[in-house]
Amino acid sequence: MPLIPTASQTVGPFFNFALTADAALGAVAGPEAPGERIRLALRLLDGAGEPLRGDAMVEIWQAGADGQFAGAEETAGAGFRGFGRRETDTDGVCVFETVKPAAEPGSRGGAQAPHINLHVFARGLLRHLCTRVYFSGEPANSGDEALALVPAERRATLLAQPSPDEPGLWRLDIRLQGEGETVFFDV
Amino acid sequence: MKIYPPPPPGTQPENACDAYRSTLLRAPRLAPVPLPHTPTELAGPRFDRLSISGESNLTNRGSAEPQGQRIVVAGKVIDEDGRPVRGALVEIWQANAAGRYLHSRDHHPAPLDPNFAGAGRALTDDDGVYRFLTIRPGAYPWRNHPNAWRPAHIHFSLFGAAWASRLVTQMYFPGDPLIPLDPILQSIPDEEAKRRLMSSFELDLTEPVWALGYRFNIVLRGREATPFEEPPCR
Ligand SMILES: [Fe+2]
Repeated sequence: MPLIPTASQTVGPFFNFALTADAALGAVAGPEAPGERIRLALRLLDGAGEPLRGDAMVEIWQAGADGQFAGAEETAGAGFRGFGRRETDTDGVCVFETVKPAAEPGSRGGAQAPHINLHVFARGLLRHLCTRVYFSGEPANSGDEALALVPAERRATLLAQPSPDEPGLWRLDIRLQGEGETVFFDV
Repeated sequence: MKIYPPPPPGTQPENACDAYRSTLLRAPRLAPVPLPHTPTELAGPRFDRLSISGESNLTNRGSAEPQGQRIVVAGKVIDEDGRPVRGALVEIWQANAAGRYLHSRDHHPAPLDPNFAGAGRALTDDDGVYRFLTIRPGAYPWRNHPNAWRPAHIHFSLFGAAWASRLVTQMYFPGDPLIPLDPILQSIPDEEAKRRLMSSFELDLTEPVWALGYRFNIVLRGREATPFEEPPCR
């Protein structure tokens, strides 16, 4: 008989001093990491459209510009961590400095478009939420096996949009609940 | 290669849980989309290679000993096969002995303790074992419902072998009278699953003439795949 995984509990409102005090955790790729540099700005909103101000945290995990994960045999280049963690600010926003990931293979011979994995933790979430960020306009999106599982009318909730006035900046709202609720995955 | 089957029903809380009022505007209303595991979910950050600084002794931050009952909190991090998870990052945070967090938004009128930082980090050793030296936290009031108090608890954050094994949870103390009244712990339907968030007092973990000892073992998602995971062709 396998053992049963320990139950999750909320991160609560007071995690910041322990988990997100180190600002370096927001730098997913150092200056030497190869690839197209991007900044990903995520805004977290609740069911009333109010930003989650400071009592939420996002973790991201992604492949590098060569499609490899940090810590794999072939690492994705010096300065690439692949992991980042940030608390939301008073506007509900957290920004990650990273490189655009390359496409990677899927589960069973399928394909995956460039994407970034997200875990969302907050006061009021008993279990963290899992979702993904894709890049709007990316031709590979149409062949992505995870996006294909999402009802077509909800896919836009996962597509970051390029900022019209700041090159390299991508924005996405994560709506936890209600109209335009973000697609979350059961992983 | 490891696989990550879904946890048995009732052993994890659901986010929609009205008794915990903060969920009302934050729990998603639509069902999550099942996702087959890809290389993304099966890889994960390795903190024994990334440099992340931390200290597993929470009692040595000031010029004097912190107030309260000194305790050792230790345990083993294992996967669903019972194998030790080595090099797992374990982070904890908690209120001080008076029930106050070292956090700018905690306005509970209980004293801060200049000698207690309230947060620590450790990596598990080759046997999957972690160990912290800390102070027994106090209970604290919150605004969930009239006269609401959280039972004494320590927050835990763990990274295992894969992104899919990520866990944030809370450890409780045996015999705490606030436990049946706590909507956060009681959000877990399964009684055994609740009981597993209870630490146990253990004389073997105490440090004579210094600190009491509590054990908290943790199971992270992940099993070894067997050769017959897929049904054979007929
Ligand atoms: Fe707490």
